[in-house]
Amino acid sequence: MTLKKIKNILVKSLGLMSLICYLCNCQTRPTSDGNISKLVEKEQSIPDKIDFNFHVKPILSDRCFACHGPDKNAIEGDLSLATREDAMKALGKYQDRHAIVPGLPDSSTMIQRIYSDDPEDVMPTPESNLTLNDYEKEILKKWIEQGAEWKKHWSFLPPEESEIPQVQDKDWVKNEIDNFVLAKLENSQLTPNAPAEKEKLLRRLSFDLTGLPPTIEELDAFIADESPDAFEKQVDRLLASNAFAEQMATHWLDLSRYADSHGYQDDLERIAWPWRDWVIHAYKKNMPYDEFVTWQLAGDLLPNANREQIIATAFNRNHKITQEGGVIGEEYRTEYVADRAQTFSVAFLGLTMECARCHDHKYDPLSQKNYFELFSFFNNVPENGQIEPYGAIPEPYIKLTKKEIDEVLTFINNVDTLEEIPLMVMQEMEQPRQAHILNRGLYDQPTTPVEPNTPEAVFAFDKEFEQNRKGLAEWLFDEQNPLTARVAANRLWQQMFGTGLVATSDDFGNQGALPSHPELLDNLAIKFREEGWNIRAMLKMMAMSATYQQSSKTSPELLEMDPENRLLARASRLRLSAEMIRDHALTISGLLSEEVGGPSVKPYQPDGLWAETIGGGGGSLAKYVMDEGTKLYRRSLYTFWKRTVPPPSMMIFDASTRDLCTVKRQSTSTPLQALVLMNDPQIIEAARVVAQSTLIEKEAPKERIETIFQLATSRRPTDEEVQSLEDYLQEELQYFESAPEKAEEYLSIGEYTMKVDEPTTEVAAYAMLASTIFNLEESFSRG
Amino acid sequence: MEKIIKDRSLILNRRNFLSKTSIGIGTAALSSLLGMNFFSKSENGVLSPTASGAKGVLKNLHFAPKAKRVIYLFQSGGPSQLDLFDYKPMLTKMRGQDLPESIRNGQRLTGMTSGQDSFPLADSLFEFKQHGSNGAWVSNLLPYTSKITDDICIVKSMFTEAINHDPAITFFQTGSQQPGRPSMGSWMSYGLGSANENLPAFSVLLSRGTGRPAGQPLYSRLWGNGFLHSLHQGVQFRSGKDPVLYLKDPKGIDRTSRRRMLDKLAELNHKQLEVYGDPEISSRIAQYEMAYRMQTSVPEVMDISKEPDHIYKMYGPDSTKPGTYAANCILARRLAESGVNFIQLYHMGWDSHDNLPTQIKGQALDTDQASAALVMDLKQRGMLDDTLVIWGGEFGRTNYSQGTLTNTNYGRDHHPRCFSIWMAGGGIKPGVVYGQTDEFGYNIVENPVHVHDFQATVLRLLGVDHEKLTYKYQGRRFRLTDVHGHVVNDILA
Repeated sequence: MTLKKIKNILVKSLGLMSLICYLCNCQTRPTSDGNISKLVEKEQSIPDKIDFNFHVKPILSDRCFACHGPDKNAIEGDLSLATREDAMKALGKYQDRHAIVPGLPDSSTMIQRIYSDDPEDVMPTPESNLTLNDYEKEILKKWIEQGAEWKKHWSFLPPEESEIPQVQDKDWVKNEIDNFVLAKLENSQLTPNAPAEKEKLLRRLSFDLTGLPPTIEELDAFIADESPDAFEKQVDRLLASNAFAEQMATHWLDLSRYADSHGYQDDLERIAWPWRDWVIHAYKKNMPYDEFVTWQLAGDLLPNANREQIIATAFNRNHKITQEGGVIGEEYRTEYVADRAQTFSVAFLGLTMECARCHDHKYDPLSQKNYFELFSFFNNVPENGQIEPYGAIPEPYIKLTKKEIDEVLTFINNVDTLEEIPLMVMQEMEQPRQAHILNRGLYDQPTTPVEPNTPEAVFAFDKEFEQNRKGLAEWLFDEQNPLTARVAANRLWQQMFGTGLVATSDDFGNQGALPSHPELLDNLAIKFREEGWNIRAMLKMMAMSATYQQSSKTSPELLEMDPENRLLARASRLRLSAEMIRDHALTISGLLSEEVGGPSVKPYQPDGLWAETIGGGGGSLAKYVMDEGTKLYRRSLYTFWKRTVPPPSMMIFDASTRDLCTVKRQSTSTPLQALVLMNDPQIIEAARVVAQSTLIEKEAPKERIETIFQLATSRRPTDEEVQSLEDYLQEELQYFESAPEKAEEYLSIGEYTMKVDEPTTEVAAYAMLASTIFNLEESFSRG
Repeated sequence: MEKIIKDRSLILNRRNFLSKTSIGIGTAALSSLLGMNFFSKSENGVLSPTASGAKGVLKNLHFAPKAKRVIYLFQSGGPSQLDLFDYKPMLTKMRGQDLPESIRNGQRLTGMTSGQDSFPLADSLFEFKQHGSNGAWVSNLLPYTSKITDDICIVKSMFTEAINHDPAITFFQTGSQQPGRPSMGSWMSYGLGSANENLPAFSVLLSRGTGRPAGQPLYSRLWGNGFLHSLHQGVQFRSGKDPVLYLKDPKGIDRTSRRRMLDKLAELNHKQLEVYGDPEISSRIAQYEMAYRMQTSVPEVMDISKEPDHIYKMYGPDSTKPGTYAANCILARRLAESGVNFIQLYHMGWDSHDNLPTQIKGQALDTDQASAALVMDLKQRGMLDDTLVIWGGEFGRTNYSQGTLTNTNYGRDHHPRCFSIWMAGGGIKPGVVYGQTDEFGYNIVENPVHVHDFQATVLRLLGVDHEKLTYKYQGRRFRLTDVHGHVVNDILA
C-alpha cells in the first residue's frame, strides 16, 4: 500500500464526508446531483448552496471559536463569530473594517486574513496550531458571497416532522425508517444489502436487546417459522424478557456512573445495588422514559413521593465520594454537585456543559453563568464533602426495611435477607444553599450569586417551572425542549446500530458530529415524545425496519466509499461488549445464573489486584474475596465494581471506568483482549462445560463440533469448517494422549465440575476445541 | 498477509480521523494523518502492527528528541524534601517555634493539621552534606544518591496545586486533579507509539514501602488511557507467575498447543474475512499474533535470574526479591533495553504524617541504592543519554511538625508549595541543582516549576511540543498540560 494510495482514498473519503454533510442538510435541502460516485470523483467539490449549519459552522467552531467564539473573556481582536450580530460589527480603531461583509468576500477581512501568506496576518494564527485547508477557505468565501446567512445551531431548533420521503424500491421498505435511509441511498446510487441470514439476524437482535445469544432451540424455532410475523414474534419475545431489562440497565449503569465503591483514595464500599434493581424493574415494566428520568432526577420532590420514587433518586448519588483525611469538605462537595450537573447535561441534553465551569463555553452558546445556574439545581443536598467518620454512610440516606422490601419493594432482591439496607438518595434542604458563579470553577472563589435556571440557548426556563429539580425535570420533558427526545432516541439508535444517527451521542453541540439522517432523527424524536416516551416501541420500530435487518457483508468498494457505514447500506458488524463477551460464554455453557438483582458479586479475578494497591485502609474492599457457587456465574452487570481497581477483564474490553457519566464506549482491538479470551479461567471453564455438555448430548464428532460451533456463532459451520475442526480435534487428542496429565490439569480449571463418560483426554481435546471456537472473531462479534 | 495489512491500514486511517470530526478534516489533521505509519518492520521485513498500534500519531517530532524513553520512579505519598534534599539550617535555629504567619501567607492546610494549635518548626534529624562537583546538599538518608549528584539534576522548586493524595497524584499523572484523562505514559504511547513489537509501550511496576507499609493506596486509573484508545493503557507487570494479567497459558496447554490454536483461528478467521470483508477480522488476527509473541517476550524480560551477581550487588540486597522496588529497578532497565518507551514504577509509603524519622529510613533504604544503581547501570550501558530517569512524588511535606515535636520524633503534613524531585539523562543537564526555596523551606524564591511545566519539559525532551500533542474528545482538544505549562529550558542540556 503506497502512501499515495492512502492519500487518494482519504481524499475520496473527504469528498464523501462533505457529500454526506451536503445530503443531510436538515433545514434547507439543497438540490443534489444525486450521484455519489461522481461527487466522490470530483473530490471536495464545493456545494452550490452553502448551508451555515452543515458547512460553515463546523469550521468556525473548530478553527475560530477558541479566540472568536462564545467565551466573552477570550475574545481576540474584538471579534466574536458566535452570533451574526457580533460577527457583523465594525472592527478596528476607526471602525473602518468588517470581518464579514455579506456578498462581498473581497471586502471581508476574514477572507483576506484566511488567505494571507503573511504569518503575522494569517488566520488562524500559527500559534493556535490550527489551520484551514483550501476546501474550508473556499466554503467560507462562498458563504459570504452568498450573503453570509446565519442559523441557530441545528440541535437547538425544535425537531420538525418531515414528510416521509418517496423511494423507488418500495418493496424494500418495512417502515418509515427505511424511507429515510433508502431515499438517501438511492440518491447516492447505492442499494441496500440483502437481508441478513435468519440465524445472523436473530443473533444480532438477541445481543442488541438482551445482551445474550440465542439458544439453538430459539434459532431452530425461528428458522422453522415461516409465518410473516416470525421476526416480530422474536422481537416481542425478547423485549418482554428479564434479560432485556438487564441489558437496558447495563447501558444505564454506564450513563449513571454506577459503582459499588466510593471511588476516591481508600475507595470504601457503598451500597447502591437496590437502585440498580429498581432500574431493572423500571425497564421490565417499560416505564415511559419521561417518568423514568423524572423519578431519578426529582422523585423525592414529587407530590406524596413514595419509597420507589425516592429510591430512584439514588441516580444522583452515584458520583464518587471521598473519605481522604486531609480534604476540605466544601471542595469535594462542589465536585459532587458538578458531577450531577455534568451527568444531567451529557446524559439528557447531549451537551458538554462542564466546559463552562471555568469560563464561558468555547464552542457552544453556554455561559459560565448558565453552568452555575444549572449547578444550583443540584446544590441543595444536605451532604458533606467528606465521609466522616471513616466508613460512615454519606448523608442523606434512607433505610430500606426487610418488611417493606417483602411487601412493597419486591423488585429489590434482598437475597441476604438483611433487616435493613441503607441507600443514599437525594433530599432537598429546606433552605436552599445560595449558589454562586465560582471563579475559574474553584470552590473557594464564589463571585456573583445565581438562581436555578437553564441555558436560554436551549430553551428558556419559564416561570411555570418550579426552581428545583422537579421543575428541571418538567423543563427537560417540555415539548419545546429541542434536545431531550433527540438525545434519547439517538442513544436507542446507537444501541441497535452501533453508532448513533449523531455519531457523537455525548455531544450535540457545535463540536459534535452532524446527524447522518437529520429528518429521520427528528421524526423518531417526535414519535418518541408523542407516543408516550415508549422505549420498547421505539426499539421495536428500529428492529422491524429493513435497514436493521440487512446483512453485514461488505465489499471493498462500499468500505472505501462509506467506511463508517453512515449511509447504512449494510448492517454494521460489532464486537461484543465486555459484559456480552462474558455473558455469552456463560449462557452457551449453561452456567449462567438467571437470578435478577441483588448485591453485586465477585467472580473470578486474578489474585492480589486489590491487595497490592491498597494503603492501610479500604475496609471490606482491602482484599478481593472471590465468591463461590452460582455467584460466579451471574450476568456481568452484577460484577462488583470497585472504581479504583475495576474488573480487569472488563476494562480490557473497553468497559467504562464509572468515574463519570459515559454514554458511548470505545470498541478497540488489542492483544490483551486475545489473552483474556484464551486464558481467563472464566472463559476456559465455560468452554470446558460447553464441551462436556455436548459430549453428553451428542454422539458423533461431527455433530458435536457443529453444536459447539453453533452455540458460539449462532450458525451451522460449513462442511469445510467442520472438516478443518475435525482435523484440529484429532491433533489435540493426540496432544493430550501423549501427555494425559495435561488433560487432567486443563480440565481442572474452574470451580464447576461435571461428569462425563468419555476418557479425560477426549474431554480435554473437546474443551480445547471449544476454547478455540470461542476465540473465533465471529464468536465475539455480532454481524 | 499483504492484504491484511492493507485492509488494516485503511480502516485504521479512516477510523482514526473520520470519527473524530464533524466536518471531515482540517489540513493539520490530514497532514499528520497521511504520514502516519501504523506499521514497523520486524526483522524478517514483514510489516506488522506493533503493541501500541505502531508509530504513534506524530509523524514528525516537533524537536530533535533527546530522550527516547522514560523511566519514572514515582515515590508515592510525598517524600519529605526537608529530610532528603532541601537543607534548611534556619529550621534548626528556630526549632520548635511557630511557623511565622508571614511565611505561611494564607496557605491552605489539610484537614489533618488545620485543627492544630501550633505549627512548631521541625528541622531534620538527618545530617546533610554537600556532594559532587556542584556541592549539592543531600542528607545521609541517601548515601547512594549522594554519589551520583554529578549525573542528576535536582529540582528543589517543584510545586503543585493539590494538597491531598488522590487529586495530587492524579494531577501529576494526567494534568488534571479529577479522574478521567489519559496518563503521561498513555500520551507518550499515543504520540510516539512503540519501539518494539512484543511488549506494551507503557509498562507499570508497583512496590510497597517498608517505611510505612500501610501507606497511601494506588489506583489503576493512574496508568489509565482516559479517552485515548485502550492500546495506550499502561500494562501492569507483576512479580509472580502471571507477570501480565491473563498472559500465562492455562495449565495443561503448552506452546505447541497454543500455536496450533492460533493457526486454526487464523485459518477460520480468514474464511470469515472472505465472506464479510470486514477489516476488523484481519486486525483481530494480528492482535492474536501479537498476544502470542507477548507470551514469550514478557516472561523473558521479567526473568532476572540470569542477571550477573555484580548487578544484584549494584542494586542492593532487595534486588533478588521479586516485587521489591530494587527488583523493579532491574526490570525497568530490562524493559528499557527491550524497547518499552515509558516505564513507571510506583513505590508506596512516603506519607509520613507521624514517626517520620523511622518511616523515612525504611523508605530510603528501599529506594536509594537501587535508584542510583539504575542511573549508573544505564550509564555504563550507554543508555543514559537517551533515557530520561525521573524520581519524585506528588507533593512535599511541611516544615512544621504534624503532631508533637520531640527530640527524636516528628511528623510532617502535605505541602504543595515546594518540594524536590530529580531527573537524569535523556537531555537533562547533569550536576545541576535548580530552584531555591526560602530559608524556612516553605515557599519558592527562585525558578518555580509547576506540574504542567514539568510535564511540558518531559514532552520537550521526547521531541514533542506539549501544545501540539492533542486529542479531540467531546469537541475539545485535550493535552497533557491542559492549557498551561512552560518548558524549563534552564535544565535542558
